[in-house]
Amino acid sequence: MKFAVIQFPGSCDDRDAVHAAGLVGEAELVWHAERDLRGADAVIVPGGFSYGDYLRAGAIARFSPAMDAVLEFASAGGLVLGICNGFQVLCEARLLPGALLVNANRRFTSRQASLEVVRAESAFTHGLQAGQLLRIPVKHAWGRYHADPPTLDALEQNGQVLLRYAPGDNFNGSVADIAGVCNEVGNVFGLMPHPEHAVDELIGGSTDGLKIFQSMRLAKEGALA
Amino acid sequence: MRARVLVRPKAGILDPQGAAVERALPALGFAGAANVHVGRLIELDVADPEQLDAMCEKLLANPLVEDYEVQLLDAPA
Amino acid sequence: MPEGTALRPGAGVPTLQDALALGLTASEYELVCEKQGRPPNQVELAVYSLMWSEHCAYKHSKLLLRTLPTEGEHVALGPGENAGAVTLPGGLVCAFKVESHNHPSAVEPFQGAATGVGGILRDIFALGARPIAVLDSLRFGEPSAAAGDRARYLLDGAVGGIGHYGNSIGVPTVGGEVYFEAPYEHNCLVNAMALGLARREQLIRSAASGPGNLVVLFGASTGRDGIGGASVLASAELAGEEEAAPDMRPTVQVGDPFEEKKLLECSLELLERGLLVALQDLGAAGLTSSSSEMASKGEVGIDIDVAAVPLREPGLEPFEIMISESQERMLCVVEPSSFEQVAAVCARWELPCSAIGRVTDSRRLRVLRGEEVLADMPVEGLVDECPLYELEPRRPQEGIYPPPAPTISPEAGPREALLALLASPNLASRRPLFEQYDPIVQSRTVRRPGEADAAVLALPDGSALAVSIDCNGRRVAADPYRGTVEAVLECAANLACAGAEPLGTTNNLNFANPEKEHIAWQLTEAVRALGDACRALRAPIVGGNVSLYNEGPGGPIYPTPVIGMVGTLPDATRAGRLGFRHEGDAIALIGPFAPSLAGSELDKLHGRPLPPQLPACELDAVLDALEAVRGAVREGLVCSAHDIAEGGLAVALAECCLAGAIGATVTVPAGDELAAALFGEGPGGFLVSAPAELIGRLEQGTGARMIGTVGGDALRLERADPTGDRRQELLSVGLEELRDANDRLWELFP
Repeated sequence: MKFAVIQFPGSCDDRDAVHAAGLVGEAELVWHAERDLRGADAVIVPGGFSYGDYLRAGAIARFSPAMDAVLEFASAGGLVLGICNGFQVLCEARLLPGALLVNANRRFTSRQASLEVVRAESAFTHGLQAGQLLRIPVKHAWGRYHADPPTLDALEQNGQVLLRYAPGDNFNGSVADIAGVCNEVGNVFGLMPHPEHAVDELIGGSTDGLKIFQSMRLAKEGALA
Repeated sequence: MRARVLVRPKAGILDPQGAAVERALPALGFAGAANVHVGRLIELDVADPEQLDAMCEKLLANPLVEDYEVQLLDAPA
Repeated sequence: MPEGTALRPGAGVPTLQDALALGLTASEYELVCEKQGRPPNQVELAVYSLMWSEHCAYKHSKLLLRTLPTEGEHVALGPGENAGAVTLPGGLVCAFKVESHNHPSAVEPFQGAATGVGGILRDIFALGARPIAVLDSLRFGEPSAAAGDRARYLLDGAVGGIGHYGNSIGVPTVGGEVYFEAPYEHNCLVNAMALGLARREQLIRSAASGPGNLVVLFGASTGRDGIGGASVLASAELAGEEEAAPDMRPTVQVGDPFEEKKLLECSLELLERGLLVALQDLGAAGLTSSSSEMASKGEVGIDIDVAAVPLREPGLEPFEIMISESQERMLCVVEPSSFEQVAAVCARWELPCSAIGRVTDSRRLRVLRGEEVLADMPVEGLVDECPLYELEPRRPQEGIYPPPAPTISPEAGPREALLALLASPNLASRRPLFEQYDPIVQSRTVRRPGEADAAVLALPDGSALAVSIDCNGRRVAADPYRGTVEAVLECAANLACAGAEPLGTTNNLNFANPEKEHIAWQLTEAVRALGDACRALRAPIVGGNVSLYNEGPGGPIYPTPVIGMVGTLPDATRAGRLGFRHEGDAIALIGPFAPSLAGSELDKLHGRPLPPQLPACELDAVLDALEAVRGAVREGLVCSAHDIAEGGLAVALAECCLAGAIGATVTVPAGDELAAALFGEGPGGFLVSAPAELIGRLEQGTGARMIGTVGGDALRLERADPTGDRRQELLSVGLEELRDANDRLWELFP
C-alpha cells in the first residue's frame, strides 16, 4: 500500500504523516511542484501552515501542480485524506463541501479530543463501530466547520459526516459538532483532528488514529465490497 | 487602474473577531459601537478591471462564506 | 539605542555629540578614533556604536561570564558559537540556548515575542541542527481582568506571538514558565529557549575562511526594521523628499514564520549537500554583527557591497542596510564554484539569494557601494577590542524593592491560604497559556506541558531528552547567591522528577542597570552562584545571553537569571509523571526538605517585604535526593514524582491531585510552625507516589518517609500531635473546588 504525502512550503505535519502511514504501508513525500504521484494508492494532504495560511488557510496550496494531480486522482476514485490544513485545502479545492472558519474562541487551541464515529462502513472508518469514541489530538486556530443548511442536510442524509466531536469537546464551534466529512462518493475525507499524532502509546497516548490509516489499507485491499 | 477589494464575512455566520472587538470597545470607554464585523482588504494595480470579479471568485475571497466588494480608484498608486 | 538629535544637513564627519547620542561614551569615542586612525565617518560610527553597545559587546558582563564553568565530558560545543551543544548517545548532539527579547516585547508584545522565537530558532539551525522544541520564560506585572490592563495585554500578546511563530514553523512549544510581580510592570521579560538535534559531524561553525570566497545573503529582503534610534544618522535630504514625512523607520521587527520555515529547510539542505564553508544568522545589528563576527572567528576580512543587498523598498542608506534587523535572513560563505548550486537550492525554496561580498585577508570589515569604499574598520577593533568594564558591586543595607500589596488577611487559615495560593497568578494553572501552543508536531513529545515536571522528547534509540526552564526572581532579589543556586537546583529537580540527569545548562541574565552598585552586587553574586551550582551538578554552561538595563521609573526588575537545563534518561517509556495515579498508592516525601516562609508565595500574599536573606541549603543532601528520585523514576519504582517548589508542600500535593484527578489524605509532619510546614519553600523536597508494597524498598533506598495515601475525591491534610495519637484535620478541599481556584488564569483569556 503506497501513500503519497503532499508537501507544500509551510507544511509542518508532513513527516509525521509519512511516519504514521509508514506503519501501515509505504509512504513518501511528494513536492507541491510535481504532478507525478508515483503510483500512489492513496494521497494524504497533511497539516501545517501551507504558504503561511496567507489570504486564507489552504487558498494558495489548492492551486499547486500536485493538487491538480490530486484532483484527477480523486475523480478517478482514488483515496484522499486531508488532515487539518489538508482539510482546509480540500475544501478550498471544492473536493469537499463547506469551509473552515476561525475558532469560536479565536485562539489556536491544542487539546486531546474525544471523537465519536458516526458512520463505520466508510473507507476511512472500516473496522470501527458507530458510536465508538476515538482519542485524537486537535491543534488549530481555523477549524470551525461551516456549511449552509441545505448542504448540511445533504451531508447528514448521505452519511457524509464520519466523525463528530463528543459532547463537550467541540471548542471551535463547528456546526453540528462536525469533526470530519467525506464527499458523496466516499473516497475523499477531511478532518481537523490529527490521526497521525495518535499512532503510538508513548508519544500520542493513544493509537486510535492508526485505525484510520489501517482502514484505508483495508479499503484499498478490497475488504469493502 | 488601482482597485480595492473588501472581503467581508457573510451575514449570519458567526464572526467571533467582530464580536471580540465589539466587546472590547465599551470596556475601553467607547460607547455606542455595534454590529462590528472584521474582514480583509486587498489592494492592487490591474491592467484589466473586468477580471476583478473572476479574481475574487477564484482566489481573493471564498464565496461560500465571504462577500466581496470591488472599488475602482482613480489612479494607480 | 537612545534617541538623539538629527544630524544637521551637510554635517560631514560626525562629531563627539553624535557619538554620545548613539550611546558611546566620550572615552569610547576617542578609542574608536584611535583604532580608525581618524574620526569615524557616518557608516563607521553607526557600526561601532552597535558593535560596542551593551547588547552586542557585553561590556559590563563579559569579565564576569569568563568565571563560569564551560567544559565537561558532555560538551560538544561551548559558548561562543550561535548556540552550545551537548553530546547524546549514538553520535547525536543536542544544540540549545536561551535568549531574551525584552525591550521589543514591551513595545509590541506579539511581534516582540514572535521575533524572539524566530531569533533563537535561527541560532539553532545556523549550527546545522534541526530545531525540535521551544520553551519560554515570561515576566509581567500583576495582572487584573480589567480592560486595558497592561500586564494582561502584554501576556496575551506574548503568548499569542510565541504560539503564532512556533506553531507556524512546526516546532513544538513544550514547556515554560511565567511569573507576575510588580517590579516587572514597566519592564517585562520575554526569554525564549530552543533545542535542536544534529549528527555531530553535521555541526557547522560560523568562522569565515578562504580569501576570495563569496559572502552570500539569503532569505528575506532587507528593510528598515529595528533601526530605531540610529535614525539620528539619516541624511536630511531623505526627510525632505516625502510630503507628509511619516515616520518611515519602524523600531519594531515584524516576523514571518513561513519565511523562516523555508529558510530553515533551505539552510539544512545547503548543509546536507556540503555547499557551505560557514553559516551565520542575522540577528541584533544585522549584517554588521554577523559579518564582523564571522570575520573575527576566521581571522580574515570581509568586504560587503551594499548595492548588492536585495532591498524591500528603495532608498535605504548604506548605514541602514548594514544595521537593519529585518528578520529571516542568513549569511553564509561559499566557494565561488558552489555558488550556482547554492542559488538553485534557494530558488527551489523560493528564497532570494545574492552574493553581497567577499572574504579577504585584510582583517578589515569594509562597506562598499559598487567600487566606492564607504567604511573601512579593523575587525579585531570592532569585535574583540571593545572596552570591558569591571563592576563595582556593593551590597545594599536595606531592601531596594517595595513590599508587595497583601491579598489575604493575616488571619487566613490553612484552607483559605491554600485556595488563595492555587488561585494566585504565580501558581494558577498555566493551561490557558500552553493550550495556545502546539506541543506535539514532529512526533517526539513524550511528556506534554502539565504532564510532568520537565518536558520529555523521544530520541531515535529509545532514550529521551528532558528540558526545563526556571527562575524565581523574587527569591533571587531576597538573596542573589542562594536564590540563583535554587534556580539551578530547581531545573535539576524538575529533570530528576522526569528521570533525567543534567548534561548542560544555558542561562539568560536579566538584570537592571549594572552601573549601579546594588545591581552590580546582584549580578556578581548571581554569576558566582551560577558557576558554583553548575560545577556541583556537573552541568556546565554551553551558552547564554545577557539583558541589562531592565529598569524604569518604577525601579529595577527583580534580578532574574533564567536557567535552562537539558538532560537525558535512558528509557523514554519510564519518563516520570507528576500526577497521582491509583487509589491506594502511598505518598512519600524524599529529600532534606527544610521549608521556610522566607521569600515564599505565602509571604507575598501576606504583603511581607523580602527577607534579608534566604536560609542555606544542604547542597550535598540535595544532590543525593536528586539522584535518589531520578533512580526511583528510572527503575519504575514510583508512579509519580513532583518537586516541591512555590507554595510549598500543600500546593505541591494539590497539584499532584489535580494532575491525576484523584484526591489524597496526608499527615503533615508534626512540628512547630504549621504555616511553614504547609506552605514553606526551599530546595530538596520531592513528593512521590508508589504502590503500597514498594514503599518499603523506597524507604530503604532513598530515605523516603511515607506521609499519606492517594484516593478519594478531596485533598485532606491532617496533623498528628507530638504523641502521634490524635489527628487534627487541617483542611479538606474537594477536587472541584481545587480546580475551580486553580483555573483562575482563564479570566485573562476571554
